[in-house]
Formats: sequence, structure tokens, C-alpha cells
Amino acid sequence: MLQFFLKRLMALVLTLVVASGVIFLCLEIVPGDPALYMLGLNAQEDTLAALRAELGLDMGPLARYWAWVSGMVVGDFGISYTYRTPVAEMVAERLKVSLPLAVYALTLSTAIAFPAGIWAASRRGRGADIAVMGVTQLGVAIPNFWFAMLMVLVFAIQLRWFNAGGFAGWEAGVGPALKSLTLPAIALALPQASILARVMRSALLESLNEDYVRTARAKGLSRGQALWRHALRNALIPVLTIIGLQFAFLMAGAIIIENVFYLPGLGRLVFQAISARDLIVVESVVMLLVFAVVVVNFLVDIAYALVDPRLRGQV
Amino acid sequence: MFAGWYKKGALAAAALVAGMGMAEAKTDIIVGMQLEPPHLDPTSAAAGAIDSVLYSNVFEGLTRFMSDGSVVPGLAESWDISGDGTVYTFKLRAGVKFHDGTDFTADDVKFSLDRARAEDSQNAQKALFAGITDVAVIDPLTVQVTLGAPNGAFLFNMAWGDAVIVAPESIDTIKTNPVGTGAFQFANWVQGDRIDLVKNPAYWGTPAKLERATFKFISDPTAAFAAVMAEDVHAFAGFPAPENLPQFDADPRFQVLVGSTEGETILSTNNKMPPFDNLMVRKALAHAIDRQAIIDGAMFGYGTPIGTHFAPHNPDYVDLTAQSAYDPEQAKKLLAEAGFPDGFKTTLKLPPPSYARRGGEIIAAQLRAVGIEAEISNLEWPQWLEQVFRGKDYGLTIVSHTEPADINIYARPEYYFQYDNPAFQTLMADLTNTTDPAARSAMLKTAQTIIADDYVNGYLFQLAALSVANAKIDGLWANAPTQATDLTAVYWKD
Repeated sequence: MLQFFLKRLMALVLTLVVASGVIFLCLEIVPGDPALYMLGLNAQEDTLAALRAELGLDMGPLARYWAWVSGMVVGDFGISYTYRTPVAEMVAERLKVSLPLAVYALTLSTAIAFPAGIWAASRRGRGADIAVMGVTQLGVAIPNFWFAMLMVLVFAIQLRWFNAGGFAGWEAGVGPALKSLTLPAIALALPQASILARVMRSALLESLNEDYVRTARAKGLSRGQALWRHALRNALIPVLTIIGLQFAFLMAGAIIIENVFYLPGLGRLVFQAISARDLIVVESVVMLLVFAVVVVNFLVDIAYALVDPRLRGQV
Repeated sequence: MFAGWYKKGALAAAALVAGMGMAEAKTDIIVGMQLEPPHLDPTSAAAGAIDSVLYSNVFEGLTRFMSDGSVVPGLAESWDISGDGTVYTFKLRAGVKFHDGTDFTADDVKFSLDRARAEDSQNAQKALFAGITDVAVIDPLTVQVTLGAPNGAFLFNMAWGDAVIVAPESIDTIKTNPVGTGAFQFANWVQGDRIDLVKNPAYWGTPAKLERATFKFISDPTAAFAAVMAEDVHAFAGFPAPENLPQFDADPRFQVLVGSTEGETILSTNNKMPPFDNLMVRKALAHAIDRQAIIDGAMFGYGTPIGTHFAPHNPDYVDLTAQSAYDPEQAKKLLAEAGFPDGFKTTLKLPPPSYARRGGEIIAAQLRAVGIEAEISNLEWPQWLEQVFRGKDYGLTIVSHTEPADINIYARPEYYFQYDNPAFQTLMADLTNTTDPAARSAMLKTAQTIIADDYVNGYLFQLAALSVANAKIDGLWANAPTQATDLTAVYWKD
């Protein structure tokens, strides 16, 4: 188990190093001068030079890469070009919105998908199965931003149950804060839950056909008992993979939903930073997302090993 | 949680009071806005969003703009101008305090002006201060500014958001904690979300009527529409989707404010790039464009046609639209005379605002009708600045020039449309040195005519200032003489 763990850890570090290089290179190529963007059409050359020097943009690319990476290792993500506040602080502030939103959406999607998937699998071919498959097909097909706008129209503009967007802030209390994340979380969870339910169903059906399930049935277990005690645990492997991927997607992919609900999350920060050529923020946030994805995958790998002891020997 | 209960209690009490017929008007306001300021120092960035939140509310200058664009005394109560027009002696208001409690004195004025014109200055409008040769403190309430040459626009320049007075005590943290002298003081900034201002109880002038003002940043036009409809925001300054305005107008809950801005929206033309270096071609271009179709199609009817680079609400404006009236036949004839009977190909590079993206499609179609193939490419702002503005690698582009009274950009041959006319440059130099209002007015009129005669750019329309607000709100600026959302006189009607 330890060897498995260490090998996975090494792969994680290597991925991060390569990713930092690729991210930096990509942003070096992007045209646009942050100083010119900030000072606008009437800026004079000497003013631009003064700002560039302050931002450290007059250094060579290698020196800037080194300053960025070496700072990041000790937790210093640099100072934003436009906001002029430490990137780490800004990201921490945005994570207070993005992380709970991702967890909220994932909880919702799991809470919907598990029962729905199990229910459909246990009633294969019958009405319930067909209904779940139909609804999830729709859930996968509907774009989440469109669904979000629809919810805003109904629940915010017509019924006035929710605000059309914005984040109440944790200082307003857990209740109002969660309330302001509810519509976005539902919008994010709907397609995720649909995919997850379908994966859950097919994984379960597959393991229900395995020999060990037949043996369990032969020993006298009912179909339901065999499903809950034997098939479910084995069906969790592909489901965990999907959950891991979905969490990563929820962290990085909430940009559009954050824009629809004007939430001050990480996605919106990246969006603003890209349009302002606040490269240091873009680099650091993308790196952080890579880090999150890699770590989540790492944890999923560990979880596999816990669910299925056979995997511990493999790498 | 207690805060929540307290708020509910307060609401219930307010409802009760209202029921008894002695309504207490609301004293807070939430104003939606599309762009968030990058930081909060108006004296070191071009971002209009900074002024939109802070101008006049938090920061004040020696002079200030009023809603009609006029310039009136601000922190300077009065001034004397020497006979030769080079020495301005400002008498400052007494008893003015910054929000941190320190006194506003002549030293702060000297500090602010010296900082803006310093060698390492990061002021985006450094040219406003270029003529200043010396700033001297005479006594705590008198400051003397000496100019190298007379400058008829000096008092106007001092009203810009880039020329507000800042204090040395608070300058190091100004980007996150702005300290000014205005009727509101900065309270809180949740980045990506909102900025809170509260009333300054020690304001020197007429105190603000609101106790609290919140600016909320909503970039997506659809989200902006939803926020106004759900009444999450009480007003939206610079509403980004003109197509939704009729719907608000028809709803008794809302009022739509349509005002003027300083934004001349033009089809900028690369005057050095063939075939645009040929006056006949530029003239053909001007006649090929149907301004009203662009205003109707891209701006849903909001906007005033212009025939030169000048704001129509300005008293010195000359209406020259007839000179470049829509006449495709004339355009074709001119093209043929210029040696392009079959037209030509060029590029049309469009920045992100909808006036450019939507307007660009319409203009490309109009140009195609006279034989000019304009290949459209959509650029982000940083790309646009790099390629078009700095690199001058473009044939045509569409931009709204929002700086007030900026016809002098035509005197800069290195400017991105590369118009080089020595006569115009001399005229602008003379204008700067002229302080007599009548003479200035005549010169400005001549300037407008020169650039219209030279068909430097395609002059499209003056951008309209579009705002939506709750019908019960009064005192909002309809016009935008500078990028400001002055809330000092705003209040809720009972």
C-alpha cells in the first residue's frame, strides 16, 4: 500500500511541474500588454515604463518563471497586476464561494444520482427504469446555463423566492449564504446527477451479471440483498471515477454559472483576469485548479485501493 | 443569524410604520454596474469603473463636473488667473477633512499635483498635468499653480477623475482603502461582488441624503436584466442591454434614464494605410455608411448621429452630418474616381463592446453594398490595444472615444488613426494657449470642420448613457459627462 501511495505521489509532483511550465508558456504567447490595458489610450510611454517596472514585467521570461514557481512553493502566489493585492488572498476569498458551491452541487448530484441509479438498476426494463433513463437523458442534454436562466425567471423574477444572483456572504450567516448558492448548485448538479445516475445504473447492472452475484443468489439471497451486499460495492469503482472528474469540473467549470448568478467565485476571477491580462492571477489560479484536479485524482486512486484491495498491487 | 432576525424585525417595524401612514423613506441604495474597478486609485489607472464608483462620491478635485458637463468649483472655492494666463491662485475651502480625520490643506493639493506629474507617475492622463511647471503653497488655504504656457482648458482638466486630491497620509493603501473628502466614505470591498460606501457625517458641503450605497458588479447582460427585474438592485448605471429597455419602460416599477455621454463612436480609419491615405476613398467610406441603420440595429435606437468628433450636447458643436450623408451611389462614384471601380479588401477589427460587434456587422454589410470587402475579426481589449492601437495593424475599427473634449487627439500624428495635418496641429496648439471663451469656441468649431472635411474617420453616433432605476429613486445623473455615478443628491421619494 505504501509503495502504491508513494508512486502515486511522485506522479502527482511530476504532473504539477510539467503543468506549471505549460501554463507559463501558454500565457507568454498570449498577446497583450497588462500595463497598456491598465493605463488606456492616453497613457504616455514613460508612464507605461514606470508601471511595467513596478509589476516586474521588465524582467526576462525565465526570471519571471522562476520568481513565480519559487514563490508558489512557499505559498507566495505573487501580487495581482490589476488589483494589486496578493493573489493568495484573492484566491482564498474566492474559494469561500467556489469550494462550498462545488461541494453543495456534488452533494446534491450524489444524493439524487445514487438512489435514482440503484432504483433504475433494481427495476431494469420496468417503468421506473424507463422514467429515470428518460429524465437523465434530458438532464444530460440541457445546457446548465440555460437551465440556470430558466430557474432565475421562475424562482427569482416570478416567485421571488430567491435573489436573481449574488452571494450573501458567510458573515450574513450560514442560512442566507447557502440560500444564495442553492439555484447555482442545482443548475450545476442537474447534468452531473444525470450522468452519475446513468453510470451508477449500468455499473450496477454489469456487476449484477457477475458470477459472484449468481453464487450469492444461489446461496439463497434475494435479488435486492445480492445487489446491496455484493454488487453495489463493486459498482462503485466507475462511479468514484466519475465523481472525481465531476468535482474537478465543478471547481474549474463553474465560470458560466458564476457569470449567470454573478457569484464572486474562482471562475469569475479567472474570467476577469484573462480579459485584463492579469497574467499572474491567471497562472496561479490555473495552477491551483490543476493542483486540485491532480489531488482529487490522487485521492480517487487511493479510494479505489480502499474499495478494491486488488488494485493496491497495480500502479 | 441575529443580524437576520434583527433585519426582519426592522422590516416588520418599517411595514408597520408605513401602514400607519408615516413612511420613513429608504436611505440605502444598491446600484448595479457592469465592470468592477481593478483597484480604487483613480489617479493611477485608465479604468472608467474606478471613477464610476468613486468620482464625486468619495474623491473630489479642485474643480468638478456637473451633470450637464459644466465645470464648477470643487475643493477650490475660487481662483484668480494672472493676466498672462499662466498663474492660477486657488483659494481652498476651509474646514474640509479627509475621511481619516486629517485636514485638507494646500499641502495635499501640492502633493497630488506633484505626484501626478512626477517622472515615475502612473497617472493614465499624465498629459493633463504636463503644462504645470510649479505648485507652491502660499498658506494652508492658498495654492499657486504655475503653467509653462497659458492653458484655456486647465480648470476643465482639473475636474477629471485623474486629478482628484489625495492625501500623503493614506496614499500607500489607496488602492484598497481610498480616503478622500467626498460626501461618502469607503466602507468595504468584497472583490468580485460589491463595494460599500457610507455617508460621510463630516462632509463640508450639502450632506448626502443616503446613509449607505452599495455598488454591485454584474457583468453578464442577462444577469443584469434578471437582477433589475427581481429588484435585487435598485438601479443599474450603464445598462448593458439596450434591447431590454422598452420592457423596463413599460413597467411602472422602473424608470429608464437616457442621457448623453462624451463617447464619440467612430469608424476609425488607418489614414496611413493605402487605400485609406486617399481622401476620396475616405469620403466614399463616409457616404457608404447609414448611421441611422447602425443606431437602430446595434443600439436599438439609442444614440445621436454625429458628423465630426464632438459631443452634440456641447454648445460648440457643429452639425456636419449632412456632409457625409448616406449615399451609396455617390460612394461608388468616388471609389471609381479614386481608382477602385471594383472596390477593395480591408480589415475591420472589433473590440468587445456590443456597439462595435453589432455595429461592425452592419457596417460590413453597408460597405459590401458599395464593393468594399471588410473582413471582420473580433478582438479582446488587450489584443486590440496591442494590434490596433499600438501596432496600427488594421484598416478599420470601431471605438467609442469616451474622454471628454478629446478632439485634440487628432493633433497627434502617432495616434492610432495616424492623421497628420500640420494646420490642425497648429490650431490645437493655439487653442491650448487661448483663454478667451469666444475665441476658443470659434477655434473648436473650425477644428470640427477640418476633420470632417478631411473625412479622417467615419463619424457614427454619440453613445447614449442608459440607466434603469426604481421609479421611486430621484437625483440620479442621466448624463455621463465623465464616467461617474454621482449619488450625492440621490434619495428615495416617499
